[in-house]
Amino acid sequence: MFANIIPAFIVGGLICVVGQLFMDLTKANIQPAHVLVSFVTAGVVLGGLGLYEPLVRIGGAGATIPLSGFGYTLAKGAMEGAQSSGLLGAFSGGVEAAAVGIAAAVIFGYLTALVFNPKG
Amino acid sequence: MGSKKVGNQSIIFQNPPFILAGYNIVGPKEGEGPLKDSYDQIMKDTYNGEKSWEKTEAKMLETALRGVADKAKVTVDSVDFVLAGDLLNQIISSSFAARQLGIPFIGLYGACSTMALSTALGAMLIEGGFAGQVLCAASSHHDTAERQYRMPTEQGNQRAMYAQWTVTGAGALLLAASGTGPKVTSATLGRVIDLGTTDTNNMGAAMAPAVADTILNHFQDLNRQPDYYDLIVTGDLGTVGLQLLKEILKKSNFPMGKNLSDCGVMVFSPKQDIHAGGSGCGCSAVVLSGYILNQMNSGELKKVLLIGSGSLHSPTSALQGESIPAIGHAVSIEIS
Amino acid sequence: MSNSNLRPPVINLTPEEYKTMVQRISPKPKAIKNAVLAFMVGGLICSIGQILINIYINYFGLSKVSAQTAGTATLILIGALLTGLGVYDNIVRFGGAGGIVPVTGFANSMVSPALEYKREGYVFGVGGKLFTVAGPILVYGIATSILVGIIYVLLRL
Repeated sequence: MFANIIPAFIVGGLICVVGQLFMDLTKANIQPAHVLVSFVTAGVVLGGLGLYEPLVRIGGAGATIPLSGFGYTLAKGAMEGAQSSGLLGAFSGGVEAAAVGIAAAVIFGYLTALVFNPKG
Repeated sequence: MGSKKVGNQSIIFQNPPFILAGYNIVGPKEGEGPLKDSYDQIMKDTYNGEKSWEKTEAKMLETALRGVADKAKVTVDSVDFVLAGDLLNQIISSSFAARQLGIPFIGLYGACSTMALSTALGAMLIEGGFAGQVLCAASSHHDTAERQYRMPTEQGNQRAMYAQWTVTGAGALLLAASGTGPKVTSATLGRVIDLGTTDTNNMGAAMAPAVADTILNHFQDLNRQPDYYDLIVTGDLGTVGLQLLKEILKKSNFPMGKNLSDCGVMVFSPKQDIHAGGSGCGCSAVVLSGYILNQMNSGELKKVLLIGSGSLHSPTSALQGESIPAIGHAVSIEIS
Repeated sequence: MSNSNLRPPVINLTPEEYKTMVQRISPKPKAIKNAVLAFMVGGLICSIGQILINIYINYFGLSKVSAQTAGTATLILIGALLTGLGVYDNIVRFGGAGGIVPVTGFANSMVSPALEYKREGYVFGVGGKLFTVAGPILVYGIATSILVGIIYVLLRL
């Protein structure tokens, strides 16, 4: 049960290092939003090219928990949708696959914002 | 043309107004800083019992304005004008504080140079015979400024090593035509200078050229040398901006001596993890109304030149990729 | 008293020279230290995710795909709560991208603006700002995935 934790740590850590280098070595004024958008888009593209699948196989949560994993889920869903129901599936597949994540983010985000106040 | 103006952009006061008193209030982080003994009030937390940080900032400014009048034993009603400014959209902190005071209000926007600007203009009102007593003030609050200019306070983000930390604080001076204390003897109002800096995290770099320009003109206009002053202090250049200022002045053949410092560098200690120092309207306001005034009243400092530094961008202009125009306003304060 | 205009003085520096000077003097980020911290923090968050997934598979009998989804949702909840408690911004200050890139960082980017603008009301303040960062992420993620799906359809024709 614990054998897959170390690969998750290493793969997840390395993906985050890529994000850190992106922040530190490119031009100033990179905000978290830029990093997150780049990662999700990169995840979709790599997922579409079939290059993200091996990372998930090796790293498990190390590849699915970073936001590139969210992109991978979207791409995988879109391709599966395209396979089963053609063009319409290409539109619905991605969002369907990522639906739980999106819904969880909306509801948990909303509830937290209701309960807490910013601390500064 | 009035004969009180000298050179390019300076004014010499012939009947220099007195600074009767100064009063300031700061947040908890500033209250742990190296100047902690020079503050009149230190808030326990950043809200200070208010529902929003905007309310807190307006309240802080009101506290400083009422505090300085009390300290100088003057009733607020006897003050002719209050000149104040802050960083928030439509300078709400100042107008909301002035709403509570019930005396004529002149709202100013000079970004972080506002304290020097309000002092210069207040002195001009008195010198011109338009007022007997004026209140000059400025405020900033770290969390309201972050909300407006950068990102939500709870959003995880790594600040650049050259980023500065907006001071939570409000400072006020009471200027009067007669009395005792340090006097505002001259002022040099700045030009808007832009050398093309676009990084809004690097405020020191954006403002250093404007401050250098004002310094060069001040000393030429008044035909003085830097050693005329015991202390030449910039508003909120921070460590990076101060270093840049020294280099710019050196390249312009006007090197500075050891008496050059910066309120943003003085207000926090490097141990406080604030990177390049303090910033914001409140930065020079609390240092001037506290530490500098105290040092002058105790005779430690006799001649001080404060150059308030302001960057005149807006969140919109920054997002549209415009470079950052900046300004520096200088006031010299002397005690005999 | 002299009343003449004396111009110049002007600072003796071109914008290009100044740009070089700014780059020389502004401190650089400590890239190696930051990368190590990002690796540790990011790795730790992903390990916690893996432990959650393992628990969901072994103790709740979920399939691998469902367990992954449930693990992601749990981490989103944790990230949102830590943001509300005012802890998450400190995690990112320490761990940089290690805290931004995992879904907990995504949750943080949703909750933090919603909290910040709560006083501006529940429609524009909370409801609208929830998507300040999440909006662009969904726009680019979903749009690119549709593109991938369409290309997939075209390639199979």
